[in-house]
Amino acid sequence: MNKITAHDLAKKQKEISVAEFFERNKHILGFGNQTRALVTSVKEGVDNCLDACEEVNILPEIYVEINNHEDGECKLIIEDNGPGIVKSQIKHIFGRLLYGSRFHSVRQSRGQQGIGISAVVLYGQLTTGKHAKVISKIQEDRPAVIMELAIDTNKNRAEIISRDIIHWEKPSGTRIEVSIIADYKRGKRFVYEYLQSTSIVNPHAQITFKEPDGTKHFFERTSELLPRRSVEIKPHPYGVELGTLIKIAKQTNSRKLSAFLKNEFTSMGDRTANAVCEKAQLEKHLNPKDMTREQFLSLHKAFKKVKIMAPPTDCLSPIGETLIKRSLKHETKEISPEFIVTASRPPSAYTGSPFQVEVGLVYGGNIPTDANVKIMRFANRVPLLYQQGGCVITSAISSIDWRRYGLDQKSGKGMPSGPAIFLVHVSSTLIPFTSESKEAIADIPEIENEIKLALRICARKVQHHIHKKVKREKTREKFELITRILPEIAKKSSKMLNKPLPSLDSVITKIMDVVWIEDLIEYEKISKKDVEKPVQTTLIDNSLKQHGDGTITKSKIIVINYKRTSQKLNLYVLIPKEAIVGTVNPKPSKINYNFIKWNLDAIPSSGKIDINFELAGLKEGDFDENDIYIENINPTYVIGADKWEGE
Amino acid sequence: MRNNYEDVIKKIDLVALKVYNDLEKTEIPYIQLPTRSKSNIEFNEKLNVWKYGKSMIQRSAKSLDGAYMLLRTMYMVDFIKEMIKIKKSSTLREMYYISEGWDFAKFHSQNESNLLAEDLEVITSCMREDFKLRPEEDGARVIGNIIIEEMTRNNNKKKIHCQDDVGDSGYSIPYNVEPEKISFKSADVDFIIAIETGGMFDRLVENRFDSSYRSLLVHLKGQPARSTRRFIKRLSGEKNLPVVVFTDCDPWSYRIFASIAYGAIKTAHISEYLATPSSQYLGVTPSDIENYDLPTDKLTREDVKSLKSELSDPRFQDSFWKNEIKLQLKLGKKSEQQALAKYGLDYVTDTYLPEKLTEIGMIKR
Repeated sequence: MNKITAHDLAKKQKEISVAEFFERNKHILGFGNQTRALVTSVKEGVDNCLDACEEVNILPEIYVEINNHEDGECKLIIEDNGPGIVKSQIKHIFGRLLYGSRFHSVRQSRGQQGIGISAVVLYGQLTTGKHAKVISKIQEDRPAVIMELAIDTNKNRAEIISRDIIHWEKPSGTRIEVSIIADYKRGKRFVYEYLQSTSIVNPHAQITFKEPDGTKHFFERTSELLPRRSVEIKPHPYGVELGTLIKIAKQTNSRKLSAFLKNEFTSMGDRTANAVCEKAQLEKHLNPKDMTREQFLSLHKAFKKVKIMAPPTDCLSPIGETLIKRSLKHETKEISPEFIVTASRPPSAYTGSPFQVEVGLVYGGNIPTDANVKIMRFANRVPLLYQQGGCVITSAISSIDWRRYGLDQKSGKGMPSGPAIFLVHVSSTLIPFTSESKEAIADIPEIENEIKLALRICARKVQHHIHKKVKREKTREKFELITRILPEIAKKSSKMLNKPLPSLDSVITKIMDVVWIEDLIEYEKISKKDVEKPVQTTLIDNSLKQHGDGTITKSKIIVINYKRTSQKLNLYVLIPKEAIVGTVNPKPSKINYNFIKWNLDAIPSSGKIDINFELAGLKEGDFDENDIYIENINPTYVIGADKWEGE
Repeated sequence: MRNNYEDVIKKIDLVALKVYNDLEKTEIPYIQLPTRSKSNIEFNEKLNVWKYGKSMIQRSAKSLDGAYMLLRTMYMVDFIKEMIKIKKSSTLREMYYISEGWDFAKFHSQNESNLLAEDLEVITSCMREDFKLRPEEDGARVIGNIIIEEMTRNNNKKKIHCQDDVGDSGYSIPYNVEPEKISFKSADVDFIIAIETGGMFDRLVENRFDSSYRSLLVHLKGQPARSTRRFIKRLSGEKNLPVVVFTDCDPWSYRIFASIAYGAIKTAHISEYLATPSSQYLGVTPSDIENYDLPTDKLTREDVKSLKSELSDPRFQDSFWKNEIKLQLKLGKKSEQQALAKYGLDYVTDTYLPEKLTEIGMIKR
């Protein structure tokens, strides 16, 4: 009998290959069934493309093609216009599991999501036995490289089956072709939904999707601006785990504990570092490399006992309200929604990780009124398609009573139903997912609270809109009354009696008895040459960016005094932060980033005032409604504007 | 009906003048008229019928609906004036179709235009015949030993004996039953019996109830037309004939009786022309359901609502109606005239009606 030695065991351990690892974990890696496998494969590919393009400031143009074979095999082609991949790296990126550069960095990135494109290659190889094909071009005047790859599952290494150079039209880019076993019929809807959602939160990307039958879907680019590059920050003491703490200590160049704390962590100044050392009862001159496990443990415990400033938030890259609105508008064109509102919260933090919440709400139009509302969840610009029920976004929406806001909801709790689509985007350096499959955000009170706050802002805006609609309807009726019916009554009665037409002005003011405000928005396209000064915006990038869009938004507000006496009032119109105010008539009393204000003194009875202003730096439709507010007048006297509640 | 249309024109001009003067005085124009609902009818001791009370509503141009009503009113008075001038008349339905040309003042349903025509009657104290408007519904049928003289369209006077000169479907009451159109030459009957359904009318005709009990049979055709009510009123008054009303046993039938005896809510402004206060309700009563053990149907939700509404209707406040309605609500059942056929085709004429007529003292036995 042979005795089994440790060496034999080691051999065996080695043989637990990546294939086996994959097989065991495929459900949490997103390959649990043939539908999921298809969506995950597209997702990994597209995320890679977006990351690659953004890395080098190229506006992404992504092409996704799926060819479906009878036997359940799908050939997936994903192509981008990114920087390409240098020859020597191709086999690592596509042929090695868990190979990547951003494993320990603390920044907002898509890469936190899934396991990587190599998993797709592996899945394809395991299910179809076919090799993946990669084309990459890194420079305009050089040929592209074409490679056929297989993964050596024992070594977790790529094997290059063939390599050649070819001519490729693109200046640069990457293309991958993988054959996988997948359920296209069932997965199709999810793929479409994923690409559409991705396009909404990545308005700078252009995505083309070609279906097996040749149908092409274009998800157009609605913004020419790349998202702000997220900045890498050091870990915050509240969020660091003991193991990571020890690892960082081993790699640090600092020789003293206090310096180590200040250099390797964020939000640590002299005072905080000293306070931590004191709480941990550790000498601040201690060399971190000499520290024992027990000492690290008390240091780790001390972190939680000291009040440490929240982490910096400039490492986040939110989408921005204007772009969310524009994207949603673009993607929901066919259902012609009544309105779209957005809300964005300032950055916040939970246990050392900064995060920020943005919300959009599409309302009315052809959205079905009898079904549950549709929820679009996003984490770091990646759509979350599964496990909606277990996600903090869903529970935040369910906890609000939506019945006041034109939606149905049993007993004011739970999933509302009605004509609405919710979009919630959480960006963070570390999204706290409920599980490895990264499809639902965990129930963190700080995050839930911020989502609720953002939703409430949206809800108030919805209410404002509904309110406005009702008022508008009334206005329309009054208008019809005084412009059509009353003159007709006068005409008919005077004709019958053979008497002259009576003057109606005073009767009209008596019937209306309001100050009436109505508005109109027009867009004017102008060629770039005509733009005298390049329009500047601080929308996404920190640096001022020149941006001559060539659309001028022209807004006109008409104020008519139908009261019997002269009236005066102050009028405010809200403007988007990104807008540049052009000509304003009459002269406003104040303009700031948020509003334009006019003091309208003495509008005589039956008198009318026209207000005109122009906005630049916006696309057509970004500003599609004047939010008008009034002060210094009894708000019940006014139709068409709400009371100004202060800034 | 007036022959003096000058007077009618003056009255409808006043409606337009009210509105015109309001506009000239820079007032929001309005027209005032009595509230035409159950809550605003009062018993008029002098006339012995139910008339509108003092509660008024205003149609003001301050609201969109009010303004539309005023405009329609202007159109309608103009139209009436025009018809009088050119000596034409139209049916209510024709007027409704003519309103199609009134641009945004047009009516959405004929009910709307009918109601406004009634409003105008109320406002001007004219009758719609004065406005040259007539209903398209024909009056009901009559059989019995009376002689009517009718002015035909050829301006001939024609005498009609309502048994000998008519077929089994009887004499048909024209829409105009005023003296210039018909007069009652003789009436050799003891009472008038007004019958809700055609089936029962025909049963009484076939069984010769008009002869055997010296009665005049009048078919009401459901809710009776104005002309039918006016016919009964005139005949009963001029020939001093008592009236009994024989209907189904359900809340809608009681309203038929009320419109004959007390005056209908919709036409309360002309109750004294249309109602016959001496009319008596013969049956079928809820008590009859029990006494005669009649086949029944269950009361529907609408029936119950309607019965309850009648309990608060000022016209149904005497002890007979209160008790009968309460009994019916308790029974939860309704029945039909023709349910009496349970006991044979002759039962109604041989047993039920004689018994009921004796009960109220109409015949002695």
